[in-house]
Amino acid sequence: MKPLVLENFTATSCIGRGLAETLASLRGQRSGLKICEFETVDISTHIGEVSGVDAQRLPAALHRFDCRNNRLAELALQQDGFFESVQRAAERWGRRRVGVFLGTSTAGILQTELAYRERDPVTGALPASFEYGSTHNSFSVADYVRQRCRLEGPAAVVSSACASSAKVFGSARRMIEVGLIDAAVVGGVDSLCLTTLYGFHSLQLSSSAPCRPFDVARDGISIGEAAAFGLLERMPDGLDSGSVLLLGVGESNDAYHMSAPHPEGRGARIAMQAALAAAGLEPGDIDYINLHGTGTPSNDRSESQAVTSVFGPTTPCSSTKGATGHTLGAAGALEAVISVLAIRHGLMPGGAPTTQIDPTLTAHYIKESRSAPIARVLSNSFGFGGTNCSLIFGRAG
Amino acid sequence: MKLSAYLDGLGLLGPGLGNWPSATAVLSGVEPYRPAATVLPVPTILPAAERRRTGRVVKLAVAVALEATSQAGQDPARLASVFSSSGGDGQNCHELCQALSLAGREISPTRFANSVHNAAAGYWSIGTAAMTESNVLCAHDASFGAGLLEALAHVAADSKPLLLAAYDTEYPEPLHSKRPIPDAFGVAMVLAPHRSAASLARISAELTDLDYERMTDPALETLRGAIPAARSLPMLRLLALRQAGRSILEYLDVSRIEIGIEPCA
Repeated sequence: MKPLVLENFTATSCIGRGLAETLASLRGQRSGLKICEFETVDISTHIGEVSGVDAQRLPAALHRFDCRNNRLAELALQQDGFFESVQRAAERWGRRRVGVFLGTSTAGILQTELAYRERDPVTGALPASFEYGSTHNSFSVADYVRQRCRLEGPAAVVSSACASSAKVFGSARRMIEVGLIDAAVVGGVDSLCLTTLYGFHSLQLSSSAPCRPFDVARDGISIGEAAAFGLLERMPDGLDSGSVLLLGVGESNDAYHMSAPHPEGRGARIAMQAALAAAGLEPGDIDYINLHGTGTPSNDRSESQAVTSVFGPTTPCSSTKGATGHTLGAAGALEAVISVLAIRHGLMPGGAPTTQIDPTLTAHYIKESRSAPIARVLSNSFGFGGTNCSLIFGRAG
Repeated sequence: MKLSAYLDGLGLLGPGLGNWPSATAVLSGVEPYRPAATVLPVPTILPAAERRRTGRVVKLAVAVALEATSQAGQDPARLASVFSSSGGDGQNCHELCQALSLAGREISPTRFANSVHNAAAGYWSIGTAAMTESNVLCAHDASFGAGLLEALAHVAADSKPLLLAAYDTEYPEPLHSKRPIPDAFGVAMVLAPHRSAASLARISAELTDLDYERMTDPALETLRGAIPAARSLPMLRLLALRQAGRSILEYLDVSRIEIGIEPCA
């Protein structure tokens, strides 16, 4: 594929609002996970909650979009000059030539969960104030960002579970490559809700402790929320050597099971190999791998096998979900931003709070953050339904 | 910028439209349109255990995808795919929200796993052993247009054949009152970068500001307006007529998709 330039990017999660706080947390190996006190949830688990989401307001003209998910999107858009850089791109390329492709798994379903508690006792009807299209519907977050940024290009939400906001890079790449657009806002926004907290609990996939990816005692995920955005553009003629590029996207399906990964990571391996092929790179060209690394026994086992089968046992890798929690449909974009920070700042983030690495996992998992020159990073995202996506980012110069 | 691809197979299922051949007769005006509840077949490509777990949205997507791939003579396992739907499984979503509103909040793990928007794509890949990439989109009422653009861009960028499936099913009450999709409607297309013996037509698409086309038959126009995947009907009418022509499809508020059709036969 033709590389694309990442003109600007930002992320907001439980480890920070914007890049500076996120980077400081990663350097200091600070986890944002804490005991779940979200809404009326009565599960013994840890979550990665973004503070201040409830206090965030949307512009009055977009009031119908008001829900936790779009508040989180608005909060994140305002960090790192991201909103302003999108406006500059719209002026540079034209509003019709900038697309919006965002990932989410549950969008604003929390609104529906709350509305079901307020059903009319006689008719069963949902309250009149409940807005389906601009909150519950998966597209609501892309529609919000599109209208907020006054963009008029093609737009869609990708909703393929926990690979959603990695796959948006693929959608944007294809549309830019064929000339339908010149730039795209990509990213992911997923916020806390009862469906995912109780749902992963029902599958016995969430841990009561903060998640410990690749630990010998790992026993499940910690759910988090995040919004992360990138502004992808076709390559300009002259390129700043400090620029970061999207070099490769690889996608696959396990064709195995709806809620369990293939035991040997067959689909994950195909996605990583496809990303390398798209980038024209060899496994040895990758300096660091940001793993999907959810902290479930089965994910980490199958991902470790897949990573080792492609890269061998020496490429340093880690999961940052012990810090951020598993932000589900936002994880791909959040970890894309973390991968780009790794390149920009020469940081391999240690996979806290893992203490004792599972000796049966052969991938080279790093517990402690390291400073090292990093030219290229691969980031993995996998999801229910067996969907897999790997992204490769690299320095321009 | 105009995108194009060859259409090698079609699948269709909706109210009073049992498959593509019967829809052809209706859309070309040979038979009158008689609305009737959509009948969804059992997805026989799935193992029995998986079959029991699937809801209407999976049955619908699998049915139209199978019709299209079979008409194209393509092994589904070799095709990349784009699945696009304005919502997931409505009944499943209702059951989860209902359970979460009650004391105890005991929800079924199977219902939760099936609540993902990519459930149909997941079951399709399991049923057909397709390990190829698949993308799963939602663009509310613009979901058909979003799926079509994604699919055409994919075929053009990577020069690979691809399956597009766009489908919607209804919500039960109380969500139905907020999102009144009346019944299930799905359409699937196998799109290829090069002309082959299977090619039915060459399709081109570009964005336009011009107003979109309505169906002249009032009942078909009601269907087009009521179900997002049925926004494809003006394009399907041209294909049914086997005539070269143009049609403008409803897409996002400010933009529409102008479709060009050139039959291959």
